[in-house]
Amino acid sequence: MRLINLNDITKLIKETVIEINYKLDGSLVSLIRKAKERETKDLSKSILDDILENQEIAKEGNIPLCQDTGVVVVFLEIGSQVTFNGDIYEAINEGVKQGYNEGYLRKSIVNHPFNRTNTLDNTPAIIHTKIIPGDKIIMKIAAKGGGSENMSKVTMLTPTEGINGVKKLVLDTIFNAGGRPCPPLIVGIGIGGNFEKSALLAKEALFRDLDDSNNDETIKQLENDLFNEINKLGVGPMGVGGVTTCLAVKINYFPMHIASLPVAINIQCHSSRHKEVIL
Amino acid sequence: MIKLNTPIEDKDIKLLKVGDKVLITGTIFTARDQAHSRLINEKNMKFEIYGSIIYYVGPTPKRDGFAIGASGPTSSYRMDKLAVPLMEKGLKLMIGKGNRSEEFRMEMIKNNSVYLIATGGAGALLSSKIKNSEVIMYEDLGAEAVYKLEVVDFPCFVAYDIYGNSIFEAKI
Repeated sequence: MRLINLNDITKLIKETVIEINYKLDGSLVSLIRKAKERETKDLSKSILDDILENQEIAKEGNIPLCQDTGVVVVFLEIGSQVTFNGDIYEAINEGVKQGYNEGYLRKSIVNHPFNRTNTLDNTPAIIHTKIIPGDKIIMKIAAKGGGSENMSKVTMLTPTEGINGVKKLVLDTIFNAGGRPCPPLIVGIGIGGNFEKSALLAKEALFRDLDDSNNDETIKQLENDLFNEINKLGVGPMGVGGVTTCLAVKINYFPMHIASLPVAINIQCHSSRHKEVIL
Repeated sequence: MIKLNTPIEDKDIKLLKVGDKVLITGTIFTARDQAHSRLINEKNMKFEIYGSIIYYVGPTPKRDGFAIGASGPTSSYRMDKLAVPLMEKGLKLMIGKGNRSEEFRMEMIKNNSVYLIATGGAGALLSSKIKNSEVIMYEDLGAEAVYKLEVVDFPCFVAYDIYGNSIFEAKI
C-alpha cells in the first residue's frame, strides 16, 4: 500500500484552483484565436478579441479571468493500492478554502436554498469518487461558473426518439440559452445510464481534451454533426450572432435500461477552467 | 462609438441604437439578485435612481493597489422582473449579459431605458476600466453588495434599444 499524506492533497487543490482561475489552457486559447479568424461580423470578432485580451491580463496573476470563480468540482479517482489517514473530503475542502482565500477568488457558495447565507470560503466542493486500480490518486478539478450551469439540463427521452431526438434536444437547448451561458461554449453531453448517471457523464465529458473524439464511431459522428449544426444556429459570441457558438462538443455514453434514453447537456462557458492532477 | 457621461439623460437614450459600442465614464452602481430584492422596497436609498446606471456584477475580492477584482457581467434575465420598479423610478441603463424576457423589453421601452451588454467572461479586462470601488449598501451580501464604481471608458454594446430592436436577433 502507498501511504498518501492528505496535506499534499490540500496543497494540490489550493494551487490548482488558483492556477485555473488565472490561466486559460493554451489549447483553448488557440481554438478561440482560430474562431476569430473565421468570424465575419465585426461585433462578433470584437467580442472574441475581448476574450483573448482578457486572458492576457488575467495570466499576470492579479485579476482572475472571470468574477464568477465558480464552484469547485472534483472527480476523485483513488487507486486501490492507496491508503491515507483521515478524511480526504475534508482535505479537499481545506484546499478550496485556502485557494479561494489566498487567490483572491470570489466565494460563491450559499449554505441553503432559501436562507442563502454565504459559506464565506467557497466550500463545500462537489466531489465524485471512483476507485481505480493502481497506487495513484487522480483528481480532475474544475471551477464551474453558475451562468452556464443554469442553462444545463437533463431530459429523459424515449428510446425510439433516437439520434434525431438527441440532436433536436441539444440544438433547442443551445439556441434557447442564447447569450446567457457566455458562448462560445464547450458542450458536454451524457447519453445513457440513468437520470443521475447521464448528468455525471456530461460533466465528466467537459474534462476531455479539446481535440479528442469519442472512440465509438456513431458517437464521434454525432459529436462532429452537433459541432457543425450548433455553429449554424447563429447564436455567436455572447449571443450577438456569428459562426462561433461552440468550440467543442464532447459526448460520453453508458449502457441504459431498455425503456430509457437519458440525455444530459452540461454547458460550459468559454472560460473553461479545469485541470487534471496526479499524485 | 458613443461616449456617455453619467448621469444619463433622455437625450442620451435616444442616441443609442442596437449594436452601437458605448464607452461610459462616471459613476455606476452594482446590484445583483439579492440587492434588487432589497432595493425595490428600500426606504433608505444611498444613491439617486433617476438617471443612474446599474451594472449586474459580483466582483472578486480586490488586492491591495487595485481598484477592484474581476468585474464582468452576470446574466441579466434573473433581474427582469425586479428591474421594472427601478426603471419606473428613472433607472436609465442596465449593463449585463444575455437575452431577457419580452415582458422586460416592453417595460424597458415604456420607461425609456436601454439595456447594454458587456463581454461576459472578460472580468479582468473590464476591471481595468474601473478606477475606484466602494460598497455603499448591503455590505452583508459580500460580492452581491451595492458598489459605487468610478469608471472611465467602460465598454458596452447596446443590446435592446427604445426603437424595439435586439442585438440577439442578428444572426450569422
